[in-house]
Amino acid sequence: MKPAAFLYAAPETVEETLALLAEYGPDAKLLAGGQSLMPLLNMRLARPSVLVDLNRVTALDFIAATNGEVRIGAMTRQRAAERSPVVAARLQLMAEALRWVGHPQIRNRGTIGGSLAHADPSAELPAVAAVLGATFVVTGQGGARLLSPDDFFVGYLTTAMQPDEVLTEIWVPAMAADAGWAFVEVARRHGDFALVGAAAVVHPAGDGRFRDVRLAFIGVGPAPIRIKEAEAALEGRTFEEGLLVDVARLVADRLDPESDIHASAAYRKHVAGVLARRALTMAASRAGGQRA
Amino acid sequence: MTKATLPVAERTVAFAVNGGRVELTVPVRKTLADALRDDLGLTGTHLGCEHGVCGACTILLDGQAVRSCLMLAVQADGHEVRTVEGLSDGEHLHPIQEAFWETHGLQCGFCTPGFLMTIEAFLRENPHPTEDEIREAIAGNLCRCTGYVNIIKAVQVAADKLGATTET
Repeated sequence: MKPAAFLYAAPETVEETLALLAEYGPDAKLLAGGQSLMPLLNMRLARPSVLVDLNRVTALDFIAATNGEVRIGAMTRQRAAERSPVVAARLQLMAEALRWVGHPQIRNRGTIGGSLAHADPSAELPAVAAVLGATFVVTGQGGARLLSPDDFFVGYLTTAMQPDEVLTEIWVPAMAADAGWAFVEVARRHGDFALVGAAAVVHPAGDGRFRDVRLAFIGVGPAPIRIKEAEAALEGRTFEEGLLVDVARLVADRLDPESDIHASAAYRKHVAGVLARRALTMAASRAGGQRA
Repeated sequence: MTKATLPVAERTVAFAVNGGRVELTVPVRKTLADALRDDLGLTGTHLGCEHGVCGACTILLDGQAVRSCLMLAVQADGHEVRTVEGLSDGEHLHPIQEAFWETHGLQCGFCTPGFLMTIEAFLRENPHPTEDEIREAIAGNLCRCTGYVNIIKAVQVAADKLGATTET
């Protein structure tokens, strides 16, 4: 058998889940869609003594639009979000990023919350959450904590969640009707882990200028990285070639990626600059669209 | 905590496989792929990498293509599983299998079951795909000997066959 021995529990409610975590916390591991954890179990890199399977907690599988935001249950399948008319109409950046997440077979099982909680540095959804300013609802027995992306992502495969807590929802502010967006990525083949990816959102400010520009990268640090100096440099400006070249240089300067067998640090820095320009150009071209 | 949610090492589960119902008592750590092959004798589902990269173990879970090596057998409880054995009626090949046969879409055949199940789900969702869409759809399945060119042809021929079936 591939995984090392563990005990398995399949709670049906958040309360049952929290009771199990209270009992087995540090020795337990939560299983969401399993598309990252199951490989780790199969390779015996993860050896929890208790596996708490969230797949029967149906209350965490929902997408709801309310008061200018979209609330997504942590156990919502990535494929369901990809096909959701609510996500397509209000979180266009997420819809675009989801097509880069693994392959359809992976997205059929993989969940929104699982990808965020796993916090892989090359994962797409953490950058989407960072750029859109999502709120992470982290639930423990004492109730829920609301965390910003900056607070939630701590580092490489690490979040601010305690062993007795579970990510139950994310709340994502709906994108403005005139917002422009882009998610671009470089990987060896479609569906492979990103070497570098960039997410951008811009808002038209009249006369070809843009305001509230947000830009984040994946694959170039331990967690998604927003480069606020680049955002500030773009604020209130028209995206002329010279400015984008400067921003690309700024991005490459500010990032400090690592080299690995897939790409060198220098290559990643270069690609991040190129993707910054591509993402900003595409986002600008989509801004001010006539959407309902 | 209710008794039903207490952690256990072994569980009895029931699910549908290729139209029939099965009941299995399995160690909780057994993958669905291993249960299909070892407990149910459905060795058409192949295991390549066993960590979600190669796609050889792709099956349909409630009609959706998933990696059976990335699921535990206990998680199939109450669901509907379809494997490559469920494609043909036992007498005639499924149109996708025919298309692979006609276009030389398989050589050694190791990756083929995963491709067939991936393509079955894909063509149900997108009956008239472009070549680019086909390439993206099969990007999660690795083939090391046939070559993808003929597999892409097979998908195109299969789409025509299935389209002709549903349109008559």
